[in-house]
Amino acid sequence: MSITTEPRPLPSLTTPHRGERQSQSYLTSERGILSWVYTLDHKRIGVMYLVGILTSFLVGGVMALLVRTELLTPGRTIMDADTYNHMFTLHGAIMTFLFIIPSIPAALGNFVLPLMVGAKDVAFPRMNLASLYLWIFGAVFLVAAMALNGLDTGWTFYTPYSTTTNSSVISATLGVFILGFSSIFTGINFIATVHTMRPKGMTWFRMPLFLWSLYATAIIQVLATPVLGITLMLLIAERVAGIGIFDPALGGDPVLYQHFFWFYSHPAVYIMILPAMGIISELISTFSRTRIFGYRFLCYSSIAIALLGFLVWGHHMFTSESAMAAVIFSALTFSVSIPSGIKIFNWLATLYKGSITLTTPMCFAISFIVLFALGGLTGLFLGALATDVHLHDTYFVVAHFHYVMMGGTLMAFIGGLFYWWPKMFGRMYNEFWGRMSCLGIFIGFNWTFFPQFLLGTKGMPRRYYNYQPEFQGLHVVSTTGAFILGVGLVICAAVLVHSLFRGRKAPANPWGVATMEWQTSSPPPVHNFEQSPKVTDPYDLSDFVLCEESGNYDRPSAGKKQKKPGEITA
Amino acid sequence: MFVLPLHLPLAASDSRPWLPSQSSTVAGDVDAVFHLILWISLAFFVGIVGSLVWFVIRYRRRHGVPAKREVHHSTWLEVTWSVIPFILLIVIFAAGFTTFMGMAAEPDECYEIKVVGKKWVWSYQYPNGYIDDALHIPVDRPIKLVLSSDDVIHSVYIPAFRVKRDVIPGRYTSLVFEATETGTFDLFCAEYCGTKHSDMYSDVIVHPSGEFEAWLEKASNYLETMSPAEAGQVLYKRRGCAQCHSVDGSQMVGPSFYRLFGREAILDTGDTIDVDENYIRESILEPQARARAGYRKVMPTYQGQLKDEEIAAIIEYIKTLED
Repeated sequence: MSITTEPRPLPSLTTPHRGERQSQSYLTSERGILSWVYTLDHKRIGVMYLVGILTSFLVGGVMALLVRTELLTPGRTIMDADTYNHMFTLHGAIMTFLFIIPSIPAALGNFVLPLMVGAKDVAFPRMNLASLYLWIFGAVFLVAAMALNGLDTGWTFYTPYSTTTNSSVISATLGVFILGFSSIFTGINFIATVHTMRPKGMTWFRMPLFLWSLYATAIIQVLATPVLGITLMLLIAERVAGIGIFDPALGGDPVLYQHFFWFYSHPAVYIMILPAMGIISELISTFSRTRIFGYRFLCYSSIAIALLGFLVWGHHMFTSESAMAAVIFSALTFSVSIPSGIKIFNWLATLYKGSITLTTPMCFAISFIVLFALGGLTGLFLGALATDVHLHDTYFVVAHFHYVMMGGTLMAFIGGLFYWWPKMFGRMYNEFWGRMSCLGIFIGFNWTFFPQFLLGTKGMPRRYYNYQPEFQGLHVVSTTGAFILGVGLVICAAVLVHSLFRGRKAPANPWGVATMEWQTSSPPPVHNFEQSPKVTDPYDLSDFVLCEESGNYDRPSAGKKQKKPGEITA
Repeated sequence: MFVLPLHLPLAASDSRPWLPSQSSTVAGDVDAVFHLILWISLAFFVGIVGSLVWFVIRYRRRHGVPAKREVHHSTWLEVTWSVIPFILLIVIFAAGFTTFMGMAAEPDECYEIKVVGKKWVWSYQYPNGYIDDALHIPVDRPIKLVLSSDDVIHSVYIPAFRVKRDVIPGRYTSLVFEATETGTFDLFCAEYCGTKHSDMYSDVIVHPSGEFEAWLEKASNYLETMSPAEAGQVLYKRRGCAQCHSVDGSQMVGPSFYRLFGREAILDTGDTIDVDENYIRESILEPQARARAGYRKVMPTYQGQLKDEEIAAIIEYIKTLED
């Protein structure tokens, strides 16, 4: 069912709707740039984060297209080797630290979490604003590296290359260090909010799954990020003072750096994927119009992934660590796939005998399942010792992590953005073009990254400016896909931006969902709820009725005596 | 070597187009593990995507008809789809582990070659002391590479042999393998190491039985069989000079050798010197002592890596680069 836009132009986003009652939305309640700069409103902070991370995604994406263009020919195409090395390094650093790690928690989580617990804000609103400031501050240092001597170490900063190269390693790593604190503060805030600000009646096992996923993510953010911070401090100390911890010329151990770095960076990928999985749980159940299947196992699996994720960092180092360490890490690595598999099977079971609509968010959720399954399965080749020796540091790894991070997290992020967009900005968007953008992104994504598995198995190493001529065919295919992917993403952005100007006004509950954020207007008022929202079973969709004219789902039993919501035992 | 025989009927031991040739004793076993994982993954992927597509079609929303599912949890289902994957994962881990242990096992009698990686060239030192820029080995004989780096982390990767090992400064690492086919194969650097990481390439030349010793004999005597200038040119290409210094005047990381000898050059201190035999010898052994203006100070030292007669040969070669 397509939702068409209204014939007459609507007022702009920041002007109150004609005839709106006394409480304005959080977007219009205060005017002027300083009201945004000094805001303590989690919704405004979420929106500012959204703008920041999407801008970073654009910059990182342009760099990706430049890298792929260079790889059209074996030799020089549009840039020299040094420029290329800076380009792929900054693509990775910007995408990892400025975009994907903060994306779902900071942009969507900040907005949705307090609403989902029926609260006015997070536990520490000032710390939340500090998180944002730190993100901006860290971004400045990281981007400053581009303006100074660039960065050519790869996003992993392996020593001793990173301690001896003359690019702006200190500026960049200081930036990442500061960004780490942004992440830690968000994590602290979310843990405190979930522990202390849930309403009476919302026990742990009556929380929506998105909250479980944000909580599990926050645990990782708080425990793992400090390790990266210290590691980067040591790296800077090595460069500045020659303390001799990583550089063998000074008596240090370069592999020690790898242990320290990956101790954070492996859990970091679970920071990236867990909130995404939380979104998918919400989308699959909403658009199958049925309760999620296996609720408790989905909760436990989030916690399991968060904890097991700390035990496997050495699988990034099979070719540089001892055989015994490699064996132990390989065995532990396989353990993480079980809870991930549990999630996929529970989502499929949710679809079974559901009532499914292919709305735009649902299209992205389905894309996620396909692409994350593929990405996750290719992780098996890398977790197994004998095959990893051949595939490590080849394009197979590049393809694997793009499938899980982009085919996984990005798809879920965009799906979540389409899902909560009406709530955040009070506008519906063009469904047809939303779904088209999903199709374009799905096709372009596979076109870009599937050939890279083949490049890897055939022996093409990664981070290569020049390559053997026999690999050119696959590179040309991959680059073609990259531009198609770019077009798909541009369409996606256009759909959303267009809705801000021309979108139909959104009702409070366009999707008929029982979680609390839909019990307030779209967009919400500053203090979130006009009336205290009711604690209900978040996955009981049975008594919603769609009002065809407004597109809103009402709950006729609301106001009448509610039967006590039972614990979700699944 | 202890290797689990994993030649499933579906995974023939000849190579597939998505993999390089199987040119070492372990390549077939590694590919067998690869195909084991591939078939299991394909089965799950087809199952997942197939169910997905089927459910989306079969349970498409019909107007006014609510979702029909009444069961929302099933412990036995959760256990089943945890236990079955768990068993399969043990199988995959075991396959990877046993083949890996076979690859790591070092036979008693290995032909040992020392490999030095430095930005951005490999050099191979044979047991008689001869150094070449290509890896020559005899077929059907266990080879042990003793790896070290002069600067940053590199990695030796020979796709056709399915082997890879990081080369780490400050320590020795080793890599053991045995080639089963003659021919020429790629050797790549597989750990990012800077500007010319993707050019840090070597040929691996596998000689038929009996021919390897003859090659080594002939190659080792190049200083006797060639004129100093010709030997200098061989050294220029083999020992990494060509990566950074051109012989035709074109600008590279280091000064060109073309029309270099006997001219004046400006140092980064502002002083002017004559490029004579002493300056060239010093630049090879202590590159940072008197560096040229306008060039990055990245040249590694060849102290202990070039004999006096080799340095003399290089000087003679540079003298010939006039037109």
